[in-house]
Amino acid sequence: MSISEMNFFQRMLYILQEYSGSLAKGAATTMVIAIVCTAFGCVIGFAVGIVQTLEPKKKDNLAYRIILRLAKVLLTAYVELFRGTPMMLQAAFIYYGASQVFGLNLGMWEAAILIVSINTGAYMAETVRGGILSVDIGQTEGAKAIGMNHFQTMLSVILPQALRNIMPQIGNNLIINIKDTCVLSIIGTVELFFTFKSISGALYTYFEAATVILIIYFILTFVSSRILLAWENRMDGPVNFDLATTDTLAYTSGMMNFPRKPKRRT
Amino acid sequence: MPEILKIEHLSKHFGANEVLKDINFQVRPGDVTSIIGASGSGKSTLLRCINLLESATSGKIFFHGQNILSDHVNEAKYRAKVGMVFQSFNLFNNHTVISNCMVGQIKVLKKSKEEAYQSALFYLDKVGMTSHINAKPHQLSGGQKQRVAIARALAMQPEILLFDEPTSALDPEMVGEVLDVMKALAKEGTTMLVVTHEMAFARDVSNHVVYMFDGKIEEEGEPKALFSSPKSPQLREFLSRFTGDAGNQGG
Repeated sequence: MSISEMNFFQRMLYILQEYSGSLAKGAATTMVIAIVCTAFGCVIGFAVGIVQTLEPKKKDNLAYRIILRLAKVLLTAYVELFRGTPMMLQAAFIYYGASQVFGLNLGMWEAAILIVSINTGAYMAETVRGGILSVDIGQTEGAKAIGMNHFQTMLSVILPQALRNIMPQIGNNLIINIKDTCVLSIIGTVELFFTFKSISGALYTYFEAATVILIIYFILTFVSSRILLAWENRMDGPVNFDLATTDTLAYTSGMMNFPRKPKRRT
Repeated sequence: MPEILKIEHLSKHFGANEVLKDINFQVRPGDVTSIIGASGSGKSTLLRCINLLESATSGKIFFHGQNILSDHVNEAKYRAKVGMVFQSFNLFNNHTVISNCMVGQIKVLKKSKEEAYQSALFYLDKVGMTSHINAKPHQLSGGQKQRVAIARALAMQPEILLFDEPTSALDPEMVGEVLDVMKALAKEGTTMLVVTHEMAFARDVSNHVVYMFDGKIEEEGEPKALFSSPKSPQLREFLSRFTGDAGNQGG
């Protein structure tokens, strides 16, 4: 049976059978780019977000204050530029610009990961800033009061809480990235949307190919969002805690007789 | 005995608003000093200035004779020696009870995990919270949170402990358990500076009381003398509102 004699469902099945390999490869590429770039984007976002929430004090020396101010201006420019222009054009700009201006021929993976990470980072920077601001000021004061410096306070107290608060937004970014990698087809990245173009180009079955690939995209995003939700719940820990601890020494005041008891304060 | 903390001509402005006006007083080792006064009189601001959570506008704060308001003082190192207990507890929400008491020891005092754990248990036992070491702060009652916060401050083995209205955010039935812990600490000779509305605590537990009015120290002295024969009309008026609590009952 030739493809023109098939009905809608037969054509979809045909696509799945004939192109299972390239579909799987396209989906895998899409997922790898999306996950890696969301992770890199988070790292960039945290770095930028932390700098943006630094407040210079009167005591700090002039050089530090000038550098900080300059860094903040540059980072704000980065965020605004990458949030404010389409990623598809950024891809073309960076990919072709790199080879034309710097003679640098980026490979498919380097280009894809670079562009999507930088883009995600720009969005994440604002998200992280919001996440840090959402943590009660008392947490910072509590940490400062026991002598932690800014870096220790951020790492042990503020950022873990900020991360938990922005988990929904990180999930959002992952899902957006899964779908938005399709703009990379402009620079020839062979991801899922590129696979769609090749299949539909070869078979002239646009409707069927689109349907198949839409379903694949949906499965990818839906599964991702469920996994992230489960992860969030795990971060929250159990609702009920084990009152009786695993440390038998901690049950009663009996621990006072523990041989290695710390020295009494004088 | 040389004083641990000595405050000279300390003042603090928030814009045109002068919250602290020329504050002078000192704390010697083993002193339990209560700071009393109406809301807005500057008590909490004074405590926050001492712990450098607010920067004083002018004046000096000497800690063991060193002015900590000068530029070359490491704030974090100083704060590690000055414990603080907050009205709103400020326990780290992402840490368990035991971890709240360990993280400062590990990060700031560079103790080993094992050492920090044992010392955290010791101080949690002191405040009667060893049965909850794996709980997260949101699973505790207000009184329990405050007791953990005290243990966290103690675990840093500070030389002086500042309390910023430690019982003001608690339900009445939980005030007692926190005050009991504080009384026990006072008995052991812990140097404490307590901003409080608990007049009974100020009168019975502390050995020095500072009354603040409108950003100034209006009157200070021995608690017995201060409570039985207040000199300034403001303090007399202030205390008259508490007579049900402190003045007549159980005096």
